[in-house]
Amino acid sequence: MSATKADIIAQLQKELLPLQGYKPSVGGASLDPGLGAINNAFPNNTFPLGAVHEFCCARAEDVAVTGGFISGILASLMRSGRASLWISRSKTIFPPALKAFGIEPDKIIFINLQKERDILWAMEEALECDGLAAVVGEMQDIGFTASRRLQLAVEQSRVTGFIIRPNPRQVITTACVSRWKITSIPSIMEAGMPGVGFPRWNVELLKVRNGKPGTWQIEWIAGKFRHVIKVASIEQEQQKKTG
Amino acid sequence: MPKRFVTIWFRYLQTDWFTLRRPTLHGIPFVLASPVHGRLVITAANALAEAQGINIGTVVADARALIPSLEVIDERAGLSPKLLKGLSEWCIRYTPSVSIDPPDGLIFDSSGCAHLWGGEEHYLNGIITRLKSLGYHVRAAMADTIGTAWALSRFGKDGLINGTNQQASALLSLPPAALRLQADTIDLLQKLGLRQIKDFIGMPRSALRRRFGQSFIKKLDQALGHEEEIIHPVQPIEPYQERLPCLEPIVTATGIEIALQRLLNTLCFRLRQEQKGLRAALFTCYRVDGRMEKIDIGTNRPTYNSLHLFKLFEIKIGTIEPALGIELFILEAQKVECVSPVQEKLWEGASGLDNTGLSELLDRLAGKIGADHIHRYIADEHYWPERSVKRASHLEEKSTTEWKADRPRPLQLLSIPEPIEVTAPVPDYPPMLFRHKGKLHKIIKADGPERIEPEWWLQQGQHRDYYCVEDEEGHRYWLFRLGHYDAGRSYQWFMHGFFA
Repeated sequence: MSATKADIIAQLQKELLPLQGYKPSVGGASLDPGLGAINNAFPNNTFPLGAVHEFCCARAEDVAVTGGFISGILASLMRSGRASLWISRSKTIFPPALKAFGIEPDKIIFINLQKERDILWAMEEALECDGLAAVVGEMQDIGFTASRRLQLAVEQSRVTGFIIRPNPRQVITTACVSRWKITSIPSIMEAGMPGVGFPRWNVELLKVRNGKPGTWQIEWIAGKFRHVIKVASIEQEQQKKTG
Repeated sequence: MPKRFVTIWFRYLQTDWFTLRRPTLHGIPFVLASPVHGRLVITAANALAEAQGINIGTVVADARALIPSLEVIDERAGLSPKLLKGLSEWCIRYTPSVSIDPPDGLIFDSSGCAHLWGGEEHYLNGIITRLKSLGYHVRAAMADTIGTAWALSRFGKDGLINGTNQQASALLSLPPAALRLQADTIDLLQKLGLRQIKDFIGMPRSALRRRFGQSFIKKLDQALGHEEEIIHPVQPIEPYQERLPCLEPIVTATGIEIALQRLLNTLCFRLRQEQKGLRAALFTCYRVDGRMEKIDIGTNRPTYNSLHLFKLFEIKIGTIEPALGIELFILEAQKVECVSPVQEKLWEGASGLDNTGLSELLDRLAGKIGADHIHRYIADEHYWPERSVKRASHLEEKSTTEWKADRPRPLQLLSIPEPIEVTAPVPDYPPMLFRHKGKLHKIIKADGPERIEPEWWLQQGQHRDYYCVEDEEGHRYWLFRLGHYDAGRSYQWFMHGFFA
């Protein structure tokens, strides 16, 4: 009896997901950003495309780090050949560096705007355009209404949005599907080897709608994400089994 | 497609027109004359007068000696260009490209037109019959080149349709005047006894050029089809402009929107018919008080999508001040380009930068925030970081060189390097500590140096030794030392970027 009840609940939850903005992706597995175990934190065990993700950065260095993590995801989204938009306050992104993340830098259009209001408008317009792979926007603060507008835009067009929030003044509830915090951690070199290792990040998924937040440590190696410390993900899996 | 030309000769253009205007002139010999040096000189004579031996250039008094009853009419200045203009516009029914051949002819570029009238014979006969029924004496000929068609229409005896690539055979028996030569050249040829084209067509070109000049060779080549001849069609080029006058002055934004939408619909319909797309448009509102309000838009790609153009204008409608009202709207497409037809729907838009949705989005953004805020970069052949990218001027521009990913480059590059204080142990070693914006960073790992020299042909200055360093928190920076390490400490350290 209880088994059937659980089935019904699972079934209902599955039906609810599309209503909450988690629509099955069109591109399928080919657009999967290859986040490995992080995918398990999301409903349907897939990274939600056609949704807006929010990234909080406490320090100036974290903006670059977050940009790197997003670039890694963008690379797989842009594999379909579509272009992307990067909306920011100042011309800081150095296009040749994007090549290291597997992106063709000339397929990204950069837009520099000073006012937050303009950035928000441009981002909403861009998210409504279904010819794009993704839109990255840099804005310090975003209200609930604004974020809901963005969410409504992506539900129509299936474009993935990323909001980078450098030094947010207040972190309030938004309609974004997830909230992340990416910080860098020291890279590891083999004993006695000189030089700097591969970029290594601490990925904190602070909030995710209908999913399980968690913390992972990943590395960007040879054009792919790789989990460094398995312990965290094992914990997650145990948690999933028990809870 | 092989080129075919028709030339038409209105033999008695002006006198025919006078006959049409005054039916009493029908059937009697008459001439047009104008005073030259106190004498009346005949400038045009009708067929009957000409048959009785009256030629152009004869003095009227002499002509009267031949035909006492000769009617003399004053010539009207500028009549024949006016008539030809009217006739050429009427003839657009036969081909879209009609040009005037002064003083008394028309040239049609009828490539690919004849089959619509059931063949060249029907086509040419149709033209001749229609023009004759209008009351003009005409002779027309058709050939591969304008020169041959002209020669046949003026001097040809039979076979007014010249077959493909048979110019030479048609021209052989014609007099040299058929080549549209200058009067003195014709006289010279006459004096030399070269009365037909076949007499000199086989002569060495160098000899012909020396004696008759380059223009002679050019005319001959144009007639034979060795040289292209360009005609200027009279087809009036209509400006891409739409007007909408209003009965009542318009004062509301909704009214302006409706007017704009209507104008856009008609303009875009026309553009679509002509396979043209709009690149820049100007919307002018004429106010009751005599002022004009203007808004303009530009697009990245030629388009005739009225919905998209309306969206571009919509952003700016708010800036129009109607004051007491607007009585006239004019929409003008200032820049129009040909569009390649887009495959609709089947493959849901091109991907990448060719996507129409993307270019429309960029148009909207550029309309509101200005095109100079939108950048796209392509790789450039320079190692100096600031010069390794350049702005793409348009959406289609591709990188001429590969993006280099062999050296580490920071994701965020500071536009102006920030000076830092550094403790470095040994010359040419990465620093141990550095202070940036008051914060001390202890360097744990470092890579480098990578020396980048300024290109001396572009810029003078010292080289940079770049180090990629990581501090104890795992943040990665791109630092450089400007200049050589020396005891005088004339070098300086800078921070230039953040790695991901």
